[in-house]
Amino acid sequence: MSIYDSIEEAAKELYIRALKDIPADVRAALDRGLRAEQQSGNTTAEQVLFTIIENIKVADEQDTLVCQDTGLPVFRVRIGTALNVDGAEIESRLRIGCERATREYPLRSNTVHPLTRKPTHTNTGQGIPAVKLGFARGTDEIEIVMAPKGSGSENMSFLKMLNPADGRKGIKRFVVECVFESGARPCPPVILGVGLGGTSDVAMQLAKEASCFREIGSSNPDPDAAQLEAELLDLVNRTGLGPQGLGGATTALAVHVEWAHTHISHNPVAVNIQCWRGERARAVISADGGIRYGAS
Amino acid sequence: MAHHKLETPLTEDAVRALRLEDTVSITGIIFGIRDATQIRIFDQGIAPPCDLSGGVCLHTAPGVRKLADGRYEKLSIGTTTSTRMDRFTEPLMEQYGVRAIVGKGGLLAGSVRAMQRLGGVYLAITGGAAALETLQIEEITDVWWEDLMPECLWRFRVRDFGPLIVAIDAHGNSLFDRVKAEAAARIREFSFD
Repeated sequence: MSIYDSIEEAAKELYIRALKDIPADVRAALDRGLRAEQQSGNTTAEQVLFTIIENIKVADEQDTLVCQDTGLPVFRVRIGTALNVDGAEIESRLRIGCERATREYPLRSNTVHPLTRKPTHTNTGQGIPAVKLGFARGTDEIEIVMAPKGSGSENMSFLKMLNPADGRKGIKRFVVECVFESGARPCPPVILGVGLGGTSDVAMQLAKEASCFREIGSSNPDPDAAQLEAELLDLVNRTGLGPQGLGGATTALAVHVEWAHTHISHNPVAVNIQCWRGERARAVISADGGIRYGAS
Repeated sequence: MAHHKLETPLTEDAVRALRLEDTVSITGIIFGIRDATQIRIFDQGIAPPCDLSGGVCLHTAPGVRKLADGRYEKLSIGTTTSTRMDRFTEPLMEQYGVRAIVGKGGLLAGSVRAMQRLGGVYLAITGGAAALETLQIEEITDVWWEDLMPECLWRFRVRDFGPLIVAIDAHGNSLFDRVKAEAAARIREFSFD
Protein backbone atom coordinates (compact mmCIF):
# COMPACT_ATOMS: atom_id res chain seq x y z
CA MET A 1 0.00 0.00 0.00
CA SER A 2 1.15 3.54 -0.64
CA ILE A 3 1.57 5.74 2.41
CA TYR A 4 -1.60 7.61 1.36
CA ASP A 5 -3.62 4.38 1.05
CA SER A 6 -2.39 3.49 4.54
CA ILE A 7 -3.45 6.88 5.92
CA GLU A 8 -6.94 6.41 4.45
CA GLU A 9 -7.17 2.88 5.85
CA ALA A 10 -5.89 4.00 9.28
CA ALA A 11 -8.32 6.97 9.38
CA LYS A 12 -11.25 4.62 8.73
CA GLU A 13 -10.06 2.02 11.21
CA LEU A 14 -9.20 4.57 13.95
CA TYR A 15 -12.66 6.15 13.76
CA ILE A 16 -14.29 2.74 14.39
CA ARG A 17 -11.71 1.58 16.97
CA ALA A 18 -12.00 4.81 18.97
CA LEU A 19 -15.78 4.30 19.22
CA LYS A 20 -15.46 0.67 20.37
CA ASP A 21 -12.39 0.37 22.55
CA ILE A 22 -11.97 2.67 25.57
CA PRO A 23 -8.28 3.46 26.28
CA ALA A 24 -6.63 1.59 29.19
CA ASP A 25 -5.90 4.79 31.16
CA VAL A 26 -9.59 5.79 31.03
CA ARG A 27 -10.71 2.31 32.16
CA ALA A 28 -8.29 2.46 35.11
CA ALA A 29 -9.56 5.93 36.10
CA LEU A 30 -13.20 4.74 35.99
CA ASP A 31 -12.27 1.76 38.21
CA ARG A 32 -10.67 4.15 40.71
CA GLY A 33 -13.82 6.29 40.59
CA LEU A 34 -16.02 3.27 41.35
CA ARG A 35 -13.88 2.36 44.37
CA ALA A 36 -14.01 5.96 45.63
CA GLU A 37 -17.82 6.01 45.43
CA GLN A 38 -18.07 2.61 47.13
CA GLN A 39 -15.88 3.88 49.97
CA SER A 40 -17.98 7.01 50.39
CA GLY A 41 -21.17 4.93 50.43
CA ASN A 42 -22.98 6.89 47.68
CA THR A 43 -25.14 4.18 46.13
CA THR A 44 -26.44 6.31 43.24
CA ALA A 45 -22.92 7.33 42.16
CA GLU A 46 -21.77 3.74 42.59
CA GLN A 47 -24.66 2.55 40.42
CA VAL A 48 -23.76 5.03 37.65
CA LEU A 49 -20.08 4.07 37.59
CA PHE A 50 -20.96 0.38 37.77
CA THR A 51 -23.23 0.84 34.73
CA ILE A 52 -20.47 2.69 32.84
CA ILE A 53 -17.96 -0.10 33.49
CA GLU A 54 -20.55 -2.77 32.67
CA ASN A 55 -21.30 -0.91 29.42
CA ILE A 56 -17.63 -0.96 28.41
CA LYS A 57 -17.60 -4.73 29.06
CA VAL A 58 -20.69 -5.23 26.90
CA ALA A 59 -19.11 -3.20 24.07
CA ASP A 60 -15.97 -5.38 24.32
CA GLU A 61 -17.93 -8.63 24.30
CA GLN A 62 -20.39 -7.65 21.58
CA ASP A 63 -17.75 -5.81 19.52
CA THR A 64 -20.06 -2.81 19.37
CA LEU A 65 -19.97 0.96 19.88
CA VAL A 66 -19.65 2.19 23.48
CA CYS A 67 -21.88 5.25 22.87
CA GLN A 68 -24.28 6.06 20.04
CA ASP A 69 -22.78 9.51 19.49
CA THR A 70 -20.22 8.98 16.73
CA GLY A 71 -19.23 12.62 17.21
CA LEU A 72 -17.29 14.88 14.90
CA PRO A 73 -13.97 13.38 13.78
CA VAL A 74 -10.89 15.15 15.14
CA PHE A 75 -7.38 14.07 14.09
CA ARG A 76 -4.01 15.02 15.50
CA VAL A 77 -1.37 14.23 12.89
CA ARG A 78 2.39 14.48 13.41
CA ILE A 79 4.43 14.16 10.25
CA GLY A 80 8.07 13.12 10.52
CA THR A 81 10.25 15.74 8.86
CA ALA A 82 12.39 13.02 7.25
CA LEU A 83 9.38 12.15 5.06
CA ASN A 84 8.65 13.96 1.83
CA VAL A 85 4.83 13.88 1.70
CA ASP A 86 1.96 15.86 0.19
CA GLY A 87 0.05 17.47 3.09
CA ALA A 88 -3.05 18.17 0.99
CA GLU A 89 -3.25 14.49 0.01
CA ILE A 90 -2.97 13.48 3.69
CA GLU A 91 -5.93 15.72 4.57
CA SER A 92 -7.91 14.38 1.65
CA ARG A 93 -7.26 10.73 2.65
CA LEU A 94 -8.24 11.40 6.29
CA ARG A 95 -11.57 12.71 5.00
CA ILE A 96 -12.10 9.72 2.71
CA GLY A 97 -11.30 7.40 5.65
CA CYS A 98 -14.06 9.02 7.73
CA GLU A 99 -16.52 8.76 4.85
CA ARG A 100 -15.69 5.08 4.38
CA ALA A 101 -16.10 4.33 8.10
CA THR A 102 -19.48 6.07 8.04
CA ARG A 103 -20.71 4.20 4.96
CA GLU A 104 -19.12 0.79 5.47
CA TYR A 105 -19.65 0.19 9.24
CA PRO A 106 -22.19 2.05 9.03
CA LEU A 107 -21.81 4.85 11.61
CA ARG A 108 -24.54 7.37 12.39
CA SER A 109 -23.71 10.61 10.57
CA ASN A 110 -23.93 13.81 12.60
CA THR A 111 -22.68 16.51 10.22
CA VAL A 112 -25.07 19.29 9.16
CA HIS A 113 -24.76 22.80 7.67
CA PRO A 114 -24.77 25.28 10.58
CA LEU A 115 -27.48 27.51 9.05
CA THR A 116 -29.67 25.29 6.90
CA ARG A 117 -29.09 22.24 9.17
CA LYS A 118 -28.97 20.16 5.97
CA PRO A 119 -27.14 16.87 6.66
CA THR A 120 -24.11 15.67 4.66
CA HIS A 121 -24.65 12.00 5.70
CA THR A 122 -20.87 11.39 5.69
CA ASN A 123 -19.56 12.69 9.06
CA THR A 124 -17.46 15.04 6.90
CA GLY A 125 -18.07 18.44 5.32
CA GLN A 126 -16.63 21.90 5.12
CA GLY A 127 -13.86 22.07 7.77
CA ILE A 128 -14.65 18.57 9.08
CA PRO A 129 -12.78 16.37 9.92
CA ALA A 130 -10.86 18.78 12.13
CA VAL A 131 -7.20 18.10 11.45
CA LYS A 132 -4.44 19.40 13.72
CA LEU A 133 -1.17 19.10 11.84
CA GLY A 134 2.19 19.06 13.57
CA PHE A 135 5.69 17.87 12.83
CA ALA A 136 8.17 15.58 14.53
CA ARG A 137 11.79 16.29 13.75
CA GLY A 138 14.03 13.47 12.56
CA THR A 139 11.50 10.63 12.12
CA ASP A 140 10.17 9.15 8.89
CA GLU A 141 6.82 8.11 10.36
CA ILE A 142 3.38 9.68 10.63
CA GLU A 143 1.52 9.46 13.94
CA ILE A 144 -2.28 9.76 13.77
CA VAL A 145 -4.43 10.06 16.88
CA MET A 146 -8.18 10.19 16.33
CA ALA A 147 -10.85 11.42 18.76
CA PRO A 148 -14.55 11.27 17.80
CA LYS A 149 -15.82 14.28 19.75
CA GLY A 150 -19.28 13.74 21.20
CA SER A 151 -21.75 16.60 21.25
CA GLY A 152 -22.87 16.48 24.88
CA SER A 153 -19.40 17.35 26.10
CA GLU A 154 -18.41 19.60 23.17
CA ASN A 155 -21.50 21.75 23.77
CA MET A 156 -19.92 22.55 27.14
CA SER A 157 -17.01 24.59 25.75
CA PHE A 158 -16.00 27.94 27.20
CA LEU A 159 -13.60 30.80 26.54
CA LYS A 160 -12.96 33.86 28.65
CA MET A 161 -10.38 36.56 28.14
CA LEU A 162 -9.71 37.32 31.80
CA ASN A 163 -7.74 40.34 32.94
CA PRO A 164 -4.10 39.79 33.86
CA ALA A 165 -4.99 41.09 37.34
CA ASP A 166 -7.49 38.20 37.75
CA GLY A 167 -4.40 35.99 37.93
CA ARG A 168 -4.27 32.36 38.90
CA LYS A 169 -7.20 32.76 41.26
CA GLY A 170 -9.41 34.08 38.47
CA ILE A 171 -8.41 31.14 36.27
CA LYS A 172 -9.38 28.63 38.96
CA ARG A 173 -12.66 30.36 39.67
CA PHE A 174 -13.61 30.44 35.98
CA VAL A 175 -12.82 26.73 35.45
CA VAL A 176 -14.90 25.70 38.47
CA GLU A 177 -17.77 27.93 37.27
CA CYS A 178 -17.65 26.20 33.86
CA VAL A 179 -17.91 22.78 35.50
CA PHE A 180 -20.79 23.95 37.66
CA GLU A 181 -22.59 25.51 34.68
CA SER A 182 -22.14 22.28 32.67
CA GLY A 183 -23.64 20.17 35.46
CA ALA A 184 -24.92 16.82 34.25
CA ARG A 185 -24.84 17.66 30.54
CA PRO A 186 -21.29 16.66 29.44
CA CYS A 187 -21.69 13.09 30.84
CA PRO A 188 -19.50 13.29 33.95
CA PRO A 189 -17.14 11.99 35.21
CA VAL A 190 -15.33 14.09 32.63
CA ILE A 191 -11.80 14.73 31.45
CA LEU A 192 -11.44 18.46 31.85
CA GLY A 193 -9.18 20.24 29.35
CA VAL A 194 -7.92 23.72 30.20
CA GLY A 195 -6.04 25.88 27.70
CA LEU A 196 -4.14 28.88 29.06
CA GLY A 197 -2.57 31.76 27.18
CA GLY A 198 -1.93 32.36 23.49
CA THR A 199 -4.52 34.15 21.39
CA SER A 200 -8.16 33.12 21.85
CA ASP A 201 -8.02 30.44 19.13
CA VAL A 202 -4.76 29.03 20.50
CA ALA A 203 -6.30 28.76 23.98
CA MET A 204 -9.24 26.74 22.57
CA GLN A 205 -6.90 24.45 20.64
CA LEU A 206 -4.82 23.85 23.75
CA ALA A 207 -7.97 23.00 25.71
CA LYS A 208 -8.89 20.40 23.07
CA GLU A 209 -5.38 18.91 23.19
CA ALA A 210 -5.76 18.71 26.99
CA SER A 211 -9.21 17.09 26.99
CA CYS A 212 -8.86 14.67 24.08
CA PHE A 213 -5.22 13.80 23.46
CA ARG A 214 -3.54 13.61 26.88
CA GLU A 215 -3.35 10.33 28.80
CA ILE A 216 -4.94 10.24 32.24
CA GLY A 217 -2.13 10.05 34.77
CA SER A 218 0.15 12.31 32.74
CA SER A 219 1.12 15.68 34.20
CA ASN A 220 2.11 18.84 32.39
CA PRO A 221 5.95 18.98 32.33
CA ASP A 222 5.79 22.56 33.63
CA PRO A 223 5.64 22.31 37.46
CA ASP A 224 3.38 25.38 37.77
CA ALA A 225 0.90 23.95 35.27
CA ALA A 226 1.10 20.51 36.93
CA GLN A 227 0.37 22.11 40.31
CA LEU A 228 -2.67 23.86 38.81
CA GLU A 229 -3.91 20.53 37.39
CA ALA A 230 -3.80 18.97 40.87
CA GLU A 231 -5.51 21.93 42.54
CA LEU A 232 -8.28 22.07 39.92
CA LEU A 233 -8.95 18.31 40.13
CA ASP A 234 -9.33 18.63 43.89
CA LEU A 235 -11.69 21.63 43.61
CA VAL A 236 -13.82 20.14 40.83
CA ASN A 237 -14.31 16.89 42.72
CA ARG A 238 -15.12 18.76 45.92
CA THR A 239 -18.17 20.31 44.20
CA GLY A 240 -19.90 16.94 44.68
CA LEU A 241 -21.67 17.11 41.29
CA GLY A 242 -20.59 13.52 40.72
CA PRO A 243 -21.16 10.93 37.98
CA GLN A 244 -23.91 12.09 35.58
CA GLY A 245 -24.49 15.12 37.85
CA LEU A 246 -26.45 12.92 40.27
CA GLY A 247 -24.06 13.58 43.16
CA GLY A 248 -20.81 11.96 44.26
CA ALA A 249 -17.06 12.31 44.64
CA THR A 250 -16.10 11.74 40.99
CA THR A 251 -16.98 14.73 38.82
CA ALA A 252 -13.71 14.64 36.85
CA LEU A 253 -11.40 11.72 36.12
CA ALA A 254 -8.60 14.15 35.32
CA VAL A 255 -7.81 17.82 34.74
CA HIS A 256 -5.22 18.53 32.06
CA VAL A 257 -3.72 21.97 31.51
CA GLU A 258 -1.88 23.02 28.35
CA TRP A 259 -0.43 26.50 27.91
CA ALA A 260 1.18 28.95 25.52
CA HIS A 261 2.84 32.28 26.15
CA THR A 262 0.48 35.20 25.82
CA HIS A 263 0.31 38.99 25.53
CA ILE A 264 1.06 41.22 28.55
CA SER A 265 -2.56 42.36 28.50
CA HIS A 266 -4.11 38.86 27.93
CA ASN A 267 -5.15 36.15 30.37
CA PRO A 268 -7.08 33.72 28.13
CA VAL A 269 -8.70 30.65 29.68
CA ALA A 270 -10.37 28.03 27.52
CA VAL A 271 -12.27 24.98 28.75
CA ASN A 272 -13.04 21.92 26.65
CA ILE A 273 -14.65 18.86 28.17
CA GLN A 274 -14.40 15.22 27.17
CA CYS A 275 -17.06 12.82 28.44
CA TRP A 276 -16.22 9.71 30.54
CA ARG A 277 -15.58 7.55 27.48
CA GLY A 278 -12.38 9.54 26.77
CA GLU A 279 -12.24 7.99 23.34
CA ARG A 280 -9.10 8.14 21.25
CA ALA A 281 -7.20 5.69 19.05
CA ARG A 282 -3.69 5.88 17.66
CA ALA A 283 -1.77 4.54 14.69
CA VAL A 284 1.73 5.06 13.35
CA ILE A 285 2.33 4.82 9.60
CA SER A 286 5.84 4.00 8.49
CA ALA A 287 7.51 5.23 5.30
CA ASP A 288 6.79 1.92 3.52
CA GLY A 289 3.07 2.20 4.32
CA GLY A 290 3.04 -0.22 7.28
CA ILE A 291 0.39 0.56 9.95
CA ARG A 292 0.92 -0.08 13.68
CA TYR A 293 -2.12 0.44 15.90
CA GLY A 294 -1.94 0.99 19.65
CA ALA A 295 -1.03 3.33 22.46
CA SER A 296 2.73 3.28 21.92
CA MET B 1 -34.20 3.63 47.95
CA ALA B 2 -36.36 0.92 46.44
CA HIS B 3 -36.18 -0.83 43.08
CA HIS B 4 -39.35 -0.91 40.96
CA LYS B 5 -40.03 -3.21 38.01
CA LEU B 6 -42.57 -1.39 35.85
CA GLU B 7 -44.57 -2.48 32.83
CA THR B 8 -45.90 -0.08 30.22
CA PRO B 9 -48.23 1.73 29.84
CA LEU B 10 -47.57 3.42 33.20
CA THR B 11 -50.42 4.48 35.48
CA GLU B 12 -50.43 7.73 37.43
CA ASP B 13 -50.40 5.74 40.70
CA ALA B 14 -47.28 3.80 39.65
CA VAL B 15 -45.51 7.03 38.77
CA ARG B 16 -46.52 8.86 41.94
CA ALA B 17 -45.21 5.96 44.06
CA LEU B 18 -41.65 6.61 42.86
CA ARG B 19 -39.25 8.54 45.10
CA LEU B 20 -36.02 10.40 44.31
CA GLU B 21 -33.04 8.01 43.86
CA ASP B 22 -35.30 4.93 43.63
CA THR B 23 -34.25 2.72 40.72
CA VAL B 24 -36.57 1.51 37.97
CA SER B 25 -36.45 -1.08 35.21
CA ILE B 26 -39.04 -1.09 32.44
CA THR B 27 -40.52 -3.89 30.38
CA GLY B 28 -42.84 -3.14 27.47
CA ILE B 29 -42.78 -0.28 24.97
CA ILE B 30 -40.59 2.84 24.90
CA PHE B 31 -40.84 5.62 22.31
CA GLY B 32 -37.71 7.29 20.93
CA ILE B 33 -37.94 11.05 20.33
CA ARG B 34 -35.45 13.88 19.81
CA ASP B 35 -35.27 17.59 18.92
CA ALA B 36 -36.64 17.33 15.36
CA THR B 37 -39.41 14.90 16.39
CA GLN B 38 -40.78 17.33 18.95
CA ILE B 39 -40.31 20.39 16.73
CA ARG B 40 -42.66 18.57 14.29
CA ILE B 41 -45.21 17.70 16.97
CA PHE B 42 -45.33 21.03 18.78
CA ASP B 43 -43.87 23.76 16.55
CA GLN B 44 -45.43 22.42 13.34
CA GLY B 45 -48.54 21.12 15.11
CA ILE B 46 -48.50 17.60 13.63
CA ALA B 47 -49.92 15.02 16.05
CA PRO B 48 -47.90 11.83 16.54
CA PRO B 49 -49.39 8.91 14.58
CA CYS B 50 -49.42 6.62 17.64
CA ASP B 51 -50.88 6.55 21.15
CA LEU B 52 -48.42 7.94 23.70
CA SER B 53 -50.75 7.80 26.74
CA GLY B 54 -49.09 6.22 29.76
CA GLY B 55 -46.00 6.23 27.60
CA VAL B 56 -42.29 6.32 28.29
CA CYS B 57 -40.24 8.55 25.97
CA LEU B 58 -36.49 8.16 25.52
CA HIS B 59 -34.39 11.08 24.24
CA THR B 60 -32.49 9.37 21.46
CA ALA B 61 -31.41 9.32 17.83
CA PRO B 62 -30.43 5.70 17.23
CA GLY B 63 -27.78 4.33 14.91
CA VAL B 64 -29.58 1.77 12.71
CA ARG B 65 -29.26 -0.26 9.52
CA LYS B 66 -32.22 -0.47 7.12
CA LEU B 67 -32.99 -4.03 6.05
CA ALA B 68 -34.27 -5.20 2.66
CA ASP B 69 -37.83 -5.62 4.02
CA GLY B 70 -37.92 -1.97 5.20
CA ARG B 71 -37.50 -2.80 8.88
CA TYR B 72 -34.64 -1.39 10.94
CA GLU B 73 -31.91 -3.32 12.70
CA LYS B 74 -30.52 -1.70 15.86
CA LEU B 75 -26.82 -0.85 15.77
CA SER B 76 -26.31 1.60 18.63
CA ILE B 77 -29.12 3.13 20.63
CA GLY B 78 -28.11 5.60 23.31
CA THR B 79 -29.36 8.73 25.03
CA THR B 80 -28.90 12.41 24.27
CA THR B 81 -28.96 15.45 26.57
CA SER B 82 -32.55 16.17 27.67
CA THR B 83 -32.05 19.80 28.66
CA ARG B 84 -32.19 20.94 25.02
CA MET B 85 -35.72 19.56 24.74
CA ASP B 86 -36.96 20.81 28.10
CA ARG B 87 -39.78 22.99 26.71
CA PHE B 88 -41.54 20.02 25.11
CA THR B 89 -41.92 18.05 28.35
CA GLU B 90 -45.06 19.72 29.69
CA PRO B 91 -47.06 19.49 26.42
CA LEU B 92 -45.97 15.86 25.93
CA MET B 93 -47.56 15.04 29.26
CA GLU B 94 -50.52 17.41 29.04
CA GLN B 95 -51.59 16.81 25.43
CA TYR B 96 -50.46 13.22 24.86
CA GLY B 97 -50.44 11.63 28.34
CA VAL B 98 -46.73 10.75 28.52
CA ARG B 99 -45.83 9.59 32.06
CA ALA B 100 -42.04 9.23 31.99
CA ILE B 101 -39.08 10.76 30.22
CA VAL B 102 -35.86 8.74 30.08
CA GLY B 103 -32.82 10.88 29.42
CA LYS B 104 -29.54 12.29 30.59
CA GLY B 105 -28.58 15.75 31.81
CA GLY B 106 -31.92 16.51 33.47
CA LEU B 107 -34.79 18.94 32.92
CA LEU B 108 -35.44 22.46 34.20
CA ALA B 109 -37.76 23.93 36.84
CA GLY B 110 -40.83 24.22 34.57
CA SER B 111 -40.71 20.52 33.80
CA VAL B 112 -40.27 19.66 37.50
CA ARG B 113 -43.47 21.60 38.26
CA ALA B 114 -45.29 20.00 35.31
CA MET B 115 -44.34 16.52 36.50
CA GLN B 116 -45.72 17.32 39.94
CA ARG B 117 -48.97 18.72 38.51
CA LEU B 118 -49.60 16.05 35.86
CA GLY B 119 -48.02 12.97 37.45
CA GLY B 120 -44.78 12.35 35.61
CA VAL B 121 -41.19 11.37 36.33
CA TYR B 122 -37.76 11.85 34.81
CA LEU B 123 -35.69 8.68 34.83
CA ALA B 124 -31.94 9.24 34.47
CA ILE B 125 -30.13 6.73 32.35
CA THR B 126 -26.34 6.58 32.26
CA GLY B 127 -25.38 8.80 29.34
CA GLY B 128 -22.94 7.19 26.93
CA ALA B 129 -23.83 3.66 28.01
CA ALA B 130 -25.30 2.79 24.62
CA ALA B 131 -23.86 -0.72 24.34
CA LEU B 132 -25.88 -1.85 27.36
CA GLU B 133 -28.93 0.15 26.31
CA THR B 134 -28.89 -1.41 22.83
CA LEU B 135 -28.75 -4.88 24.40
CA GLN B 136 -31.85 -4.12 26.52
CA ILE B 137 -33.87 -2.98 23.49
CA GLU B 138 -35.24 -6.18 22.01
CA GLU B 139 -36.62 -4.80 18.79
CA ILE B 140 -37.42 -1.67 16.80
CA THR B 141 -41.12 -2.37 16.21
CA ASP B 142 -42.16 0.79 14.34
CA VAL B 143 -40.73 3.95 12.82
CA TRP B 144 -42.66 7.05 11.79
CA TRP B 145 -41.41 10.19 10.04
CA GLU B 146 -38.39 8.59 8.37
CA ASP B 147 -37.66 11.91 6.63
CA LEU B 148 -36.31 13.11 10.00
CA MET B 149 -33.74 10.28 10.15
CA PRO B 150 -32.24 9.68 12.66
CA GLU B 151 -34.64 11.91 14.67
CA CYS B 152 -37.73 9.92 13.68
CA LEU B 153 -40.45 8.79 16.06
CA TRP B 154 -39.32 5.31 17.10
CA ARG B 155 -41.15 2.52 18.94
CA PHE B 156 -38.96 0.03 20.81
CA ARG B 157 -39.85 -3.19 22.65
CA VAL B 158 -37.72 -3.45 25.81
CA ARG B 159 -37.11 -5.96 28.59
CA ASP B 160 -35.71 -4.95 32.01
CA PHE B 161 -34.60 -1.63 30.55
CA GLY B 162 -32.44 -0.03 33.23
CA PRO B 163 -31.51 0.43 35.97
CA LEU B 164 -32.85 3.97 35.64
CA ILE B 165 -32.56 6.42 38.54
CA VAL B 166 -35.57 8.53 39.55
CA ALA B 167 -34.00 11.98 39.22
CA ILE B 168 -37.22 14.07 39.10
CA ASP B 169 -40.20 12.66 40.95
CA ALA B 170 -43.91 13.52 40.73
CA HIS B 171 -43.75 15.51 43.98
CA GLY B 172 -41.70 18.52 42.87
CA ASN B 173 -38.25 17.13 43.72
CA SER B 174 -35.23 17.14 41.41
CA LEU B 175 -32.02 15.32 42.27
CA PHE B 176 -30.19 17.52 39.75
CA ASP B 177 -31.39 20.68 41.52
CA ARG B 178 -30.50 19.28 44.95
CA VAL B 179 -26.98 18.30 43.82
CA LYS B 180 -26.45 21.68 42.14
CA ALA B 181 -27.64 23.62 45.18
CA GLU B 182 -25.26 21.65 47.39
CA ALA B 183 -22.43 22.20 44.88
CA ALA B 184 -23.15 25.96 44.77
CA ALA B 185 -22.95 26.12 48.57
CA ARG B 186 -19.59 24.29 48.55
CA ILE B 187 -18.19 26.51 45.80
CA ARG B 188 -19.10 29.62 47.82
CA GLU B 189 -16.72 28.32 50.49
CA PHE B 190 -13.81 27.81 48.03
CA SER B 191 -10.99 30.37 48.41
CA PHE B 192 -9.43 29.67 44.93
CA ASP B 193 -6.02 30.60 46.38
